[in-house]
Amino acid sequence: MVAPAFILMFLLLLGPLLGVIALSFTDYQLGSPSFSWIGLSNYQDMFGDRVFWLSLRNTLTYVAIVVPAAVALGLAVALLIESGGSLRTWYRTIYFLPVMATLIAMSIVWEFMLHPQFGLINGLLHGIGLEGFSWLQDRRTALYALCVIGIWQALGFNMVLFLAGLVSIPRQLYDAAEIDGAHSAWARFRLVTWPMLGPTTVFVVVITGIRSFQVFDTVHVLTKGGPSKSSEVLIHTMYIESFEFFRSGYGAALTVVFLAFVLLLTLVKSALANRGVHYA
Amino acid sequence: MTPRHRSLVWSATRHLLLLCGAVFILLPFVWMISTASKPQTEIFTKSIHFIPQTFALWDNFATAFGKASLWRFLVNGVVVTASIFVLQVLIALPAAYALAKLRFAGREVLFALVLFCILIPPQATAIPVFLLFHQLGILDSYAALIVPFTISAFGIFLMRQFFKTVPDDLIEAARMDGISEFGIVWRVMLPTAIPALTAFGIFSVVAHWNDYFWPLIVLNSEHLRTPPLGVASFRNEEAGTNYGPLMAAAIVIIAPLVVAFLLAQRRFIEGITLTGIK
Repeated sequence: MVAPAFILMFLLLLGPLLGVIALSFTDYQLGSPSFSWIGLSNYQDMFGDRVFWLSLRNTLTYVAIVVPAAVALGLAVALLIESGGSLRTWYRTIYFLPVMATLIAMSIVWEFMLHPQFGLINGLLHGIGLEGFSWLQDRRTALYALCVIGIWQALGFNMVLFLAGLVSIPRQLYDAAEIDGAHSAWARFRLVTWPMLGPTTVFVVVITGIRSFQVFDTVHVLTKGGPSKSSEVLIHTMYIESFEFFRSGYGAALTVVFLAFVLLLTLVKSALANRGVHYA
Repeated sequence: MTPRHRSLVWSATRHLLLLCGAVFILLPFVWMISTASKPQTEIFTKSIHFIPQTFALWDNFATAFGKASLWRFLVNGVVVTASIFVLQVLIALPAAYALAKLRFAGREVLFALVLFCILIPPQATAIPVFLLFHQLGILDSYAALIVPFTISAFGIFLMRQFFKTVPDDLIEAARMDGISEFGIVWRVMLPTAIPALTAFGIFSVVAHWNDYFWPLIVLNSEHLRTPPLGVASFRNEEAGTNYGPLMAAAIVIIAPLVVAFLLAQRRFIEGITLTGIK
C-alpha cells in the first residue's frame, strides 16, 4: 500500500535532494560523457564570483523588504477587517484576489503599468507634478519595483492566515483586559491580540520568508536579473547556470546555498515554536 | 465626543483605510481590463483614462486568440493539472490510509520521511530530476510536466491526519463484509474524506495551474505550453507593441481560477491556506 508512494518519494524527492548535494562536488555539465569529483571547487568559484554575491545580496534585500511589509500589511488589513462588521467578505475577497491570479499574467500587467512613457504609475506621478522612472529598466529601481509586486501578491495570503489566528483568540481575554484597565484599542492589542497571535506571526513570517527566497517568476519575466545584475536573485542565477549554460555542478552548488537558507528559516521556526511564543 | 460619534468616526476611518488598500490591490486588475478594452491609439497616449472612448475588447480578444494558441494553452493547463491531481490522489490515499490505520514495522520512520519531504522546496530537486528525465528521454512532453508532482508528501500528510479521525469501527465493519484493504481505501475512506480532498484539490490545481518554473525548464515545444508559459511567450513575441491583445490574453489566463474563486470563496481560501501547514 505504501510502496508506490515511497518508491516515488525516493525517486523524485529524497534521491534528487541527495543528488543535488553530490552534484555540487562534481564538474558535471549536461551532455558531457563523464564527470569527475572536484571537491569544493564549485563553492570556491561561487565565493569568488561577483555575480553570486550580488545575487545573494539582492535576494536578502528582497526578503528584508517583502517579509516585514507583507506581514505588517497583512496583519493591519486583518485587524481592520475584524474590527468592524460591514463589508467583511468583500474586503477579504478583494485582498485575496492576487493570490489566485496567475503571477506571470499579472507580472505582464505590472510591466505595462510601470512602462516609462505610457504606464499608469508614471502617468499618475506626472499628474501630481513628479518625475517618473523607467522602473524596471533602471538599476536604482528595478529590485524595488519587484519588491512592490511581491508585497502586492503576498499580502492577501498573510491576511487570511492572520484572520484565522484572530478568530481563535477567546473573547473573555478582551473582557479581562478591559477590567484590568486596558481601555484603549492599542492597550488591548498590546496586551491580548499581539501575544495571542505570537505563533501565527512566527508562522507567517517564516512562510513569507521561504516564499520570498524562492522569488523567480517576476524576475525572469520582467528583468532577467538586470539591468546590470541589479535585480539578479539566487534562484534566477541557479536557473541560468543550470538550464541555460547547463553547468549542472555549479548550479547544484547554488541550490545548496538556497537550501541552507530555507533550512535556517525552518529551524528558526521550530526553535521559536518550542519556546512557546504564546505568552511572550 | 459621545461614544456614538466615536464609533462612527472609527467606522469611517476603517473603511477609508481598507478602501485605500483595495485600490492598490485592484489597480492592476482594473488597468488590465481597461487596457484590454482600448484600441491601440488610446493605449499609447500620455493622458490617463480608464473608460475607453472606443470599446475594443472583442477585437483585442479576437487578436489574442488569433495570434497565440490560447485555447491550446488552456487545454494543456487542464490536462496537466487534472492529471497531476488524479495521480496524487491514487498514490497518496493508500499510503495515507496505511500510515493512519495499519500497523507495520517502520511506520513511524516512513511518516517521519513524509514530514521531511514536505520541507523540500521544488527548486531544490529541479537539476537532478531534469538530468533523470534527460536520461530517460522524456523532456518536452506531458509526462515531464506531470510525473515530478505525482508524489505529494503534503497530500499524504494531510490525508493521514484526516484518516486518523475516521472511527476504527467503520473499517472493522468493512473487513467483516470481506472488503479488501484497497477496497476500504476507495469505498470506505475516500467518501468520508471528500471535504479534505476538495481542499487539497484546490491547493494542488492552483499551485500547478500557476507554476512557471518547472514547465519553463522542461518544455521547448509550443503545443505543450501551459497557461503561464503561453502568456509569457506571447509577450516576448509582441515585444512591447501590442498591449491590448496582451492584456486580453492575461484576462483569459487568469479567468478560470479567478471565476472559480469568486464562486466558491470559502472553499478556495481554505484550500490555499492549507499551504499554511506546509
